[in-house]
Amino acid sequence: MNKDVTFALSSAGVGESVARGQLDRGGVAMNNKPATFTLDGKTIPFSAGQTLIQAAMAAGVYIPHLCYNPEFKPHGSCKLCTVKADGRHTSSCTHQAQDGMVVESDTKEINDERRALLQMLFVEGNHFCPSCEKSGNCQLQATAYEIGMMSPHFDHFFPDRPLDASHPDYLLDFNRCILCSLCVRASRDVDGKNVFALSGRGIKSHLIVNAKSGRLADTGFSGEDKAAHVCPVGVILKKRVGFAVPIGSRSFDEQPISATPHPGPAAATLPPHPQGACPVGPRSNAATLPPHPTVKDV
Amino acid sequence: MNAETKKLRVATTSLAGCFGCHISFLDIDERLLDLVQLVEFDRSPLTDIKTCGPCDIGIIEGGLCNAENVHVLREFRANCKILIALGACAVNGGLPAQRNHLSLSAILEEVYHAQHGLVDGFIPNDPELPLPLDKVHPIHEVVKVDYFIPGCPPSADAIWKVLTDLLAGKEPELGHGLIHYD
Ligand code: SF4
Ligand code: SF4
Ligand code: FES
Repeated sequence: MNKDVTFALSSAGVGESVARGQLDRGGVAMNNKPATFTLDGKTIPFSAGQTLIQAAMAAGVYIPHLCYNPEFKPHGSCKLCTVKADGRHTSSCTHQAQDGMVVESDTKEINDERRALLQMLFVEGNHFCPSCEKSGNCQLQATAYEIGMMSPHFDHFFPDRPLDASHPDYLLDFNRCILCSLCVRASRDVDGKNVFALSGRGIKSHLIVNAKSGRLADTGFSGEDKAAHVCPVGVILKKRVGFAVPIGSRSFDEQPISATPHPGPAAATLPPHPQGACPVGPRSNAATLPPHPTVKDV
Repeated sequence: MNAETKKLRVATTSLAGCFGCHISFLDIDERLLDLVQLVEFDRSPLTDIKTCGPCDIGIIEGGLCNAENVHVLREFRANCKILIALGACAVNGGLPAQRNHLSLSAILEEVYHAQHGLVDGFIPNDPELPLPLDKVHPIHEVVKVDYFIPGCPPSADAIWKVLTDLLAGKEPELGHGLIHYD
């Protein structure tokens, strides 16, 4: 199913409206009052075709989200934006607002589910925030703060995901990819370059770079691209600017993500780091040592 | 019972950590004086008591990088009514866990044998030394942990907030500015 099809139907909800009442629920009530739904009891107006999250954002109400970016068509994959609309779980980034809808978002039940999703994202990758250039500007981290994620809860996967530092100006740290597809959408739909793609299924899903070598340096990627500026986490990183703004003085250190509707990337310049070679000597007594226990052996 | 005997007993330890969390704990500064009115310390680097007796609160800095860490953690869990993971390493493995995608023998060779300035270096193998684990783990992967204070290190204010919430019999909560992973 192409999600874009559902999204493009600006009159969606009309069919349902017959069953649900005397309203064209797609935007304007028959009595010509502006169409509204309630979000956690607050009345939210919307115009025809708007999704729940679009209307909520326009009204200044925060719904947690990661794969949604107002500049792009929704992807509906992270499920952080899940709300209960008339009692049913749905992604607010793909669900169109309908008149009279009763929507719950900031409830213990839904936030507990969001926390579990966040915890899974954290343990599936390698998120070592203290050394991450994105820390403090990262939407995953800031959303986890917002939802009160005190621990990753699950066992860590500790996957092995080598970096791609081949490009002169940009670094890819796949350890932090949450598969939101924003770089894919930006490169394909805005830059017209198709530099990125998601490959594999289920837990094997991963981000790939569209070059025979698989390396970013061998694509047409450049710092001017939209794709260079949309990653919500610390994967697509501009080189040589990482800690120009110190940790502690970044966007979400200043205010929580719920008060920061459209966070922008911190930009600054620093001189290049010297590159040193790592010496490797002859082999040692390693072969004679006892095997290292796993935590289960202790 | 007088107020003196009702003091809560607290034990602390640093496993695969850098002691930064303990230093941050001491950063509560003069509030330490308020704290010692309410608690007394059992096993801790602050007291130098070597084994953990029955306690109300156990505070663990650092994750698990060797067999001894696991034994100490189990000793704390067995003796402490409430166990708190203090800091990034205890919460998710932190810096030491950055070795997890490398083979341990390759790391030991690099550190003790192959690096600059090491002539005829060899990997220490004394029976006194605890065996390193093949991977570093956060503590909740081995025992049940009741509360977590993330941060590298958590700020003194975050530590103070959790402790005072607990001492007041409240569920600890860290709001914006106190909850940090970095
Ligand atoms: S991408 Fe975000 S959550 Fe992951 S390590 Fe970086 S700051 Fe932390
Ligand atoms: S690299 Fe960033 S933008 Fe691209 S899919 Fe991964 S998390 Fe999303
Ligand atoms: S923001 Fe809606 S599913 Fe990701």
